[in-house]
Amino acid sequence: MITTRTHPAAALLAVLALGAPAAAAASGSGPAEQAPEPRQVKDPEGDLIQAKPPPFSDGIFPCSQCHQGKGDPTRRTLGFHDEIQEQFDHDSQNRWCLDCHDNARRDVLHLSSGAEVPFTESYRLCGQCHGDKYRDWRAGVHGKRIGHWDGQKTYFLCVNCHNPHSPRFKGIAPEPRPRRPEEMKR
Amino acid sequence: MTPPGRSLPVLPQASGEDVPAADPSRPGRRQFLRTALGGCAVASLSACGIEDFFRKHLHELSKDELARIVARIEKKASQKYGKNVTVSTAAARPGVQFAYGLDLSRCVGCRRCVYACVKENNQSRQNPQIHWIKVLEMEKARGVDVAHADAYYEAEKVPRPGHFYMPVQCHQCRNPPCVKVCPVKATWKEPDGIVVVDYDWCIGCRCCMAACPYGARRFNWAEPDLPASEMNPVTHYLGNRPRPRGVVEKCTFCIQRTRAGLYPACVEICPVGARKFGNLLDPGSEIRYVMERKRVFVFKEELNTEPRFYYFYAT
Repeated sequence: MITTRTHPAAALLAVLALGAPAAAAASGSGPAEQAPEPRQVKDPEGDLIQAKPPPFSDGIFPCSQCHQGKGDPTRRTLGFHDEIQEQFDHDSQNRWCLDCHDNARRDVLHLSSGAEVPFTESYRLCGQCHGDKYRDWRAGVHGKRIGHWDGQKTYFLCVNCHNPHSPRFKGIAPEPRPRRPEEMKR
Repeated sequence: MTPPGRSLPVLPQASGEDVPAADPSRPGRRQFLRTALGGCAVASLSACGIEDFFRKHLHELSKDELARIVARIEKKASQKYGKNVTVSTAAARPGVQFAYGLDLSRCVGCRRCVYACVKENNQSRQNPQIHWIKVLEMEKARGVDVAHADAYYEAEKVPRPGHFYMPVQCHQCRNPPCVKVCPVKATWKEPDGIVVVDYDWCIGCRCCMAACPYGARRFNWAEPDLPASEMNPVTHYLGNRPRPRGVVEKCTFCIQRTRAGLYPACVEICPVGARKFGNLLDPGSEIRYVMERKRVFVFKEELNTEPRFYYFYAT
């Protein structure tokens, strides 16, 4: 059936407009302290729903459990978060934690403009640099969607597949090879 | 000419004495064979179901006849596998032309799709082992080169350096050579573009397998090895219902899923999102986005098969 629904990109933009009024205003305030639980965001035609929450390590969120108030904003090696510092490989020459994580409000991220972004919408942060991938992702072509090809879909955040601290794809073990014809019993 | 004094070793001279007497207790050879053949025919018919034997082609069946056949298949399969097996006959939706995109710049050759397909579509597991998807490993230096492709690669981690991976499955051609060669019309093109097989009409001659340039069709050389615990009971008549021995099968774009609006199993499992599926007639679909913006090619284009399966490079 030819559906009359809008282009997925347009639909997603509608989601963004509905779900994040703060983004439009690009101001520092907004509904930023949403808990990163599986959140359902529907566009006006009910096409897209968000799938997974960001894959936090156990017990690491909310960050404000430990980080309260502003910290020292100078770049340095920390005495904690060893695991993340060791693997950090995402333009590490030029960037460090507080280029993405917000210093004042620890439970959110921020864009280069300073506008806050909840963890559940981290794709907006990724899209600042990776515009071509972001464009494809909004159309459902970078990354994947599951569900209905003609209706409700579930989508994945960038960070559900890429480790934001070390985003390059790591190899995976393949499934067993098929049996050769001569290996099958008669 | 036969030299004089020698005769050809032919039938004995017909004489009154050689003709067998019309004795009912000692039937002649022809009489015996006639009776025996008739008996065998009846026996084999009752084994496969006399109704199945005399049924008409799927396209000639009335709704009632089809419903009876489907009910019989459901009953048999439910008994055999001990679960409630449903056999859908959902037809193609109007305004839908399926197409499939596979991103060669993303595929890592992990074969998750192969096994998701086996599970979804009730393929025979070990003897014979039937996979509808074959993942070919190729060298980047050579490009798409079937002569040097390897389907049996083994590695600790994929992708292996210097290699790329090209999964091949049924291309659902718009101009399908397999359909042309089928002598009994057991395989055909559906209105939404899926090329299907009626397993109850296939005679197992395998002409379609010889005709397919993609090697996409598989033959059940033996009774399919499908453990009841792993059997997927949600089936379609033209798709993943259990197959008998001696018929051909192949990818149907997961007809039982896609006709119900779902993505195929291989699309859902792919860990790198290399597989795209949708309706070519929907301008907002993912597949249209791919067709309009990415570098797309079809495999063995020169054969004019016009596949619905497109390979593309997203980057």
